[in-house]
Amino acid sequence: MAPVMAEAASVAAESLGGGRARAARTVLDQVVLPGEELLLPEQEDADVPGGAGEKLLRLNAGARSRVRVVCGPGLRRCGDRLLVTKCGRLRYKEPGSGSGGGVYWVDSQQKRYVPVKGDHVIGIVTAKSGDIFKIDIGGSEPASLSYLAFEGATKRNRPNVQVGDLIYGQFVVANKDMEPEMVCIDSCGRANGMGVIGQDGLLFKVTLGLIRKLLAPDCEIIQEVGKLYPLEIVFGMNGRIWVKAKTIQQTLILANVLEACEHMTSDQRKQIFARLAES
Amino acid sequence: MQRGLDSETKKQLEEEEKKIISEEHWSFIIEEQSFLLCEDLLYGRMSFRGFNPEVEKLMLQMNSKNKREEVKDEAVELDVSDEEMARRYETLVGTIGKKFARKRDHANYEEDENGDIKPSKAKKMFLKPQD
Repeated sequence: MAPVMAEAASVAAESLGGGRARAARTVLDQVVLPGEELLLPEQEDADVPGGAGEKLLRLNAGARSRVRVVCGPGLRRCGDRLLVTKCGRLRYKEPGSGSGGGVYWVDSQQKRYVPVKGDHVIGIVTAKSGDIFKIDIGGSEPASLSYLAFEGATKRNRPNVQVGDLIYGQFVVANKDMEPEMVCIDSCGRANGMGVIGQDGLLFKVTLGLIRKLLAPDCEIIQEVGKLYPLEIVFGMNGRIWVKAKTIQQTLILANVLEACEHMTSDQRKQIFARLAES
Repeated sequence: MQRGLDSETKKQLEEEEKKIISEEHWSFIIEEQSFLLCEDLLYGRMSFRGFNPEVEKLMLQMNSKNKREEVKDEAVELDVSDEEMARRYETLVGTIGKKFARKRDHANYEEDENGDIKPSKAKKMFLKPQD
């Protein structure tokens, strides 16, 4: 891994120093550094030097297709180009049903969570004041959760939530100017699994990248873990995982495996699972 | 005392606005901070080997909801076939219409032995005398 990363970093540094922007298409799945500018596919013609380039420009100016591109986490819009703000690998997703453009983002690693609207997170109730609960979600400030934002809650029928309970909910308001707000119902008023997480179990913290890796549709780790013994897991996008199994020992094994699997190769992981399955 | 901008600065501002608007037409770049758009992630609550049956039901529901969005073109199964529907509708129009018809119009809704509505005859209108 080390020589590849060093080479990639040197290429990136060269492009930063030289001041030439690279085309996003050529940099997919490679390391990008903050401060780099990336060109979208339709703008690559503009950089071709010489007379031929100018002709190309004139021909294409009229026929420029308007593609809607989404820049995801780690990227910012800078004029017509994308500006990288986090270091990591550049990823691209094809547009699904022809809604144009596709999504670019940077696959970076971090431990600190920044609230994002629509994310499902695990929070800890820290205070109960009047009509709202203060929930600690691991961000810069606690989120607020109204007592009416539970399924079947009315002014007379209050939900049974105490300080210290674990809550699985999603954000409805999450930006840098306002206090984050979360709810435990969806837009139709149904709980969909959100609300107070039950008794017992263990809550621990991991990096945000590991959560996304574990929640990927084709994740082998989760499939293997599920074959070991009956268990329940809840993943919060703020880096928190809650696990519960029948005995305390099984719960602890599960927690250790999930924490360690970030830095293991797949062979090491298979060995460990084989040993666990035997015992 | 001068309130507001003078005409020169106003013109400059207008030009800048027009420039920005025309530049934006080239390609729309939208900023999103959420990973939900980027990667298809599974539902966050999971249960294995029957530990929590409600969560297992939810898993099936939520994960198939994501996949169902791709398969929208499947034809919906019909409980009632089209022909049956047309037949019923035909008879229904007459029966409900009867309810709101006045006495004179009842003649149009005469029924024969089976209870089906007879085809209506020509309406009797006032004939102007030819003289």
